[in-house]
Amino acid sequence: MAKKTGGSFLKEAGRGPALDAKSPFAVSGLTVAYDRKPVLWNAGFAAPEGELTAIVGPNGAGKSTFLKASLGLIPKLSGEVAVFGRPIDEARGDIAYVPQRSSVDWDFPATALDVVTMGLYRRIGWLRWPGRRDKERAREMLALVGMEAFADRQIGQLSGGQQQRVFLARALAQDAKVYLMDEPFAGVDAATERAIVDVLKKLLAEGKTVLVVHHDLETVPVYFSHVLFLNGGTVASGPVTETFTAENLQKTYGGRLAATQLAALHEAAGMKT
Amino acid sequence: MSADIFLQFDFPSILLGSLAALCCGLLGNFLVLRRQSLMGDAISHVVLPGIVLGFLITGTVDSLPMMLGAGFAALVSVGLIELVRRLGKVEPGAAMGVVFTSMFAAGVLLLEQTGAAGVHLDVEHALYGNLESAIWLEASGWGDLLRPEILAALPVSVLRLVVVNMAVIAFILAFYKELKLVSFDPLFADTLGISSRFVGTLLIVMVAVAAVAAFDAVGSILVIAMFICPAATARLLTDRLSTQLILSGIVAFSSGIVGYVFAAFGPAWIGYDMSVSAAGMIAVVAGIIQVVAMIFAPRYGVIARRRLQRA
Amino acid sequence: MTFLESFLGALTLNAGYNTAVVSIGAALLGAASGAVGAFVLLRKRSLVSDAMSHATLPGVVIGFLAGVWLLGDGRSLPLLLAGAALTAGIGMISVDWIKANTRLTEDTAIGTVLSTFFALGMVLLTVLQSLATAGQAGLSGFLLGSTSGMLSSEAMTIAIAAGVVALIVLALFKEFALLCFDEDFAGSTGLGVRRLDIALLTLLLAVVVIGLKTVGLVLVIALTIIPPVAARFWTERVSRFVPISAAIGAAGSYAGACLSASAPDLPTGALIVLILFALFVISMLVSPVRGLLSALLRHRRFQKIVHLRQGLLAVAHDEPILEPITRKLLIRRGYVSGDMRPTEAGWSAARRIDRDQALWNLWREEYPDEAHALADWSLKPIDEVLSPDMVADLETRLAPHDAARAAGGAA
Repeated sequence: MAKKTGGSFLKEAGRGPALDAKSPFAVSGLTVAYDRKPVLWNAGFAAPEGELTAIVGPNGAGKSTFLKASLGLIPKLSGEVAVFGRPIDEARGDIAYVPQRSSVDWDFPATALDVVTMGLYRRIGWLRWPGRRDKERAREMLALVGMEAFADRQIGQLSGGQQQRVFLARALAQDAKVYLMDEPFAGVDAATERAIVDVLKKLLAEGKTVLVVHHDLETVPVYFSHVLFLNGGTVASGPVTETFTAENLQKTYGGRLAATQLAALHEAAGMKT
Repeated sequence: MSADIFLQFDFPSILLGSLAALCCGLLGNFLVLRRQSLMGDAISHVVLPGIVLGFLITGTVDSLPMMLGAGFAALVSVGLIELVRRLGKVEPGAAMGVVFTSMFAAGVLLLEQTGAAGVHLDVEHALYGNLESAIWLEASGWGDLLRPEILAALPVSVLRLVVVNMAVIAFILAFYKELKLVSFDPLFADTLGISSRFVGTLLIVMVAVAAVAAFDAVGSILVIAMFICPAATARLLTDRLSTQLILSGIVAFSSGIVGYVFAAFGPAWIGYDMSVSAAGMIAVVAGIIQVVAMIFAPRYGVIARRRLQRA
Repeated sequence: MTFLESFLGALTLNAGYNTAVVSIGAALLGAASGAVGAFVLLRKRSLVSDAMSHATLPGVVIGFLAGVWLLGDGRSLPLLLAGAALTAGIGMISVDWIKANTRLTEDTAIGTVLSTFFALGMVLLTVLQSLATAGQAGLSGFLLGSTSGMLSSEAMTIAIAAGVVALIVLALFKEFALLCFDEDFAGSTGLGVRRLDIALLTLLLAVVVIGLKTVGLVLVIALTIIPPVAARFWTERVSRFVPISAAIGAAGSYAGACLSASAPDLPTGALIVLILFALFVISMLVSPVRGLLSALLRHRRFQKIVHLRQGLLAVAHDEPILEPITRKLLIRRGYVSGDMRPTEAGWSAARRIDRDQALWNLWREEYPDEAHALADWSLKPIDEVLSPDMVADLETRLAPHDAARAAGGAA
């Protein structure tokens, strides 16, 4: 994504390109405040279609808030969101959101299969029960994340990583065009990490657009093609090869990243500092 | 005791108690899962100002205006609770406490006005209900259970509860998927475009309907017990929602029967010539069943959990 | 004597010794429950009192039976209250036991206890009725509370008991405040979290039981819930929150008891609760601290600042302005004309804001943690918030590659 220049002092101070009608997921001028303290200020971003974008930034930079407020899950003070140029409320079916863990009651009487089937509810429609076809489809999704053996297990009896995979399978079942994931890699075991990577690859192969809030800077150049730097607002965004630079990392993280860390990152990215 | 006496005096009361228990017990599953158990408590308290208001406006003791008033009060209370919770930034429990006590207090004062109008409505009745007053004098033998024209002479409160039970079951069947979804993961429901608030409001409306219909017969305390105890019992016995619903229905309905039988005939068995409050006894029986489940449930009972911890 | 005269008489303690004792007792009760309720609200356990109050019913009946058996008369207030405390205590322990030992949540535990204990009380009441003992009609006063016909000895008992509870809360104020705000630290002090929690719940139990006769068991929880919820609107600090809650409780209970003295037919409990509710509504609407009106005004002002700033930034960057509120604000300020073309004033304001934003952004890059903590970040002009030295420093650092353009733009 090309950055906008113009008569401004800092290019990244602006909103980014305004509501790109072609972008699968475009946010502009997003401001969110808790108790009159802005967590996000004037953030903007247009997701490139068919690409895998990492959203990075320090703790409290407003990464989760960015996703939640764009989806209308928390109130925003200002800002516009468009999905392929349409308002988000008309495009719910195009968007799948995988929240950070632990927001549900794990003791709830539901099996892994039940949870994945929920991803199909919108398609099934009101007043209808999930049929055999739906259950089969949900089972296929579970198989994709290596969880078919646990289909009838109550969700609270799964390990954290397994639960995460079930939620991923639920998102797959939605068959959306845009996937928003909030820290899927946080605290997962190796098997789950592999499953997540496989899912991301599969989504990309199908031409989906994916945004992932990501914590581990070292793996950004490994897994992702694009990056969005957030710190209370958009700092920079673009292809990893151009945008994942020492300058932008410094701007986003300030003094929080030691020089040695930066050097290691750039080595990982195969770039010169 | 002859069959006709039983049919005329005990049978309608048993039906009334069990049906009231059933509709509240089924809906209670979702309240318990959504951590809204005390919504049943709040709603059954605000029914009082509702019926008094219904009476004061229409001036009749017909049940329709009173039930409409009660339903209206229930919805007003839900809105107020939400308002207080958001504006006051307090936990839902405290918001409920503010709203339902104030509305109940208003109902108590309004009652004084009905006293002036010379009509008998009182707080005791609202709390305890009047289960024992149901009679079915037309019945003369078991065969009458199959004769529609005699069944039609059952007390109107029984017939009303039959309708409400059918409505509750239809509601749960129709919205089972959505109820499950918004109870488990409301946020996800919202991202799907299935509004958790809309489904939650539908549920509360049904809770209000069941509470109002049951309240008249069995009093608000039994209503609260039935919203909670059967669902809590079933919750300890299974990890499947459909099984939980069926179990809670069985527990609720049989508490109604067993509770009434204990209340009406229990004292005689131990040599006292009296009977005790049937509504109270039904709730006590439901409570006892829950205690048994809490201790002996195969997987989630205290004993099983202790054994699991040791192993 | 008119109703108003008698009410004013009661309020000014001129309606006889008995009424004065009853009203003062009610005020003390209200203060004690307001204070205890405030801490309980902070512990997020407000509705535990609901379980307790309903669980008093079987105890009241048992106390009555004990009175008949021991004294020949069931209407002994100490025995009734002792019975109430006993079963309410069992109810309280049951709620905790269910919560700790089963998968059921606290709200379910509360609902279970309140309904089944109360139902047990109903069953016992019908037993009592069939025993046909004298004086049981007095028990109905426990449902809705009644101060009419209250003996001054009874009123004195209530006043003293409530006073003792208030003193204990005062003595343990610091510990309770710690419990509510820094549980870990409270655990490291001598008393321990568990014991402090038990102490708090026991005090709650005490006010519920003491309040039974005055407010009634259905409504007594209002005394412990409404004052603190109302007090929430007036302050953010616990050192004020608790006294305000106590004051609201005292004022409402005192006024309610006085009103009841002038209108003896009306149930005292309902009067007290409605007065408390009125105080709550007033607090919610007009409190300048967290009240609805002031919050609304502040939100509007905040929204305006944000939208104006974002709109001007959009102007500076030649980007379309999408949101209706932003458009309206810019037009009203004369920054853009009706067809959204920036005016001269709009251009210069936009340049000012853009420059300000650039400085803010630079400052955040340098001091991310401070920026994160600063509520005014990019909301106010930077030179109103940061020191002139800092701003000057930022200006010089921003200058090298942008100064020329800035100068050009401003010319």
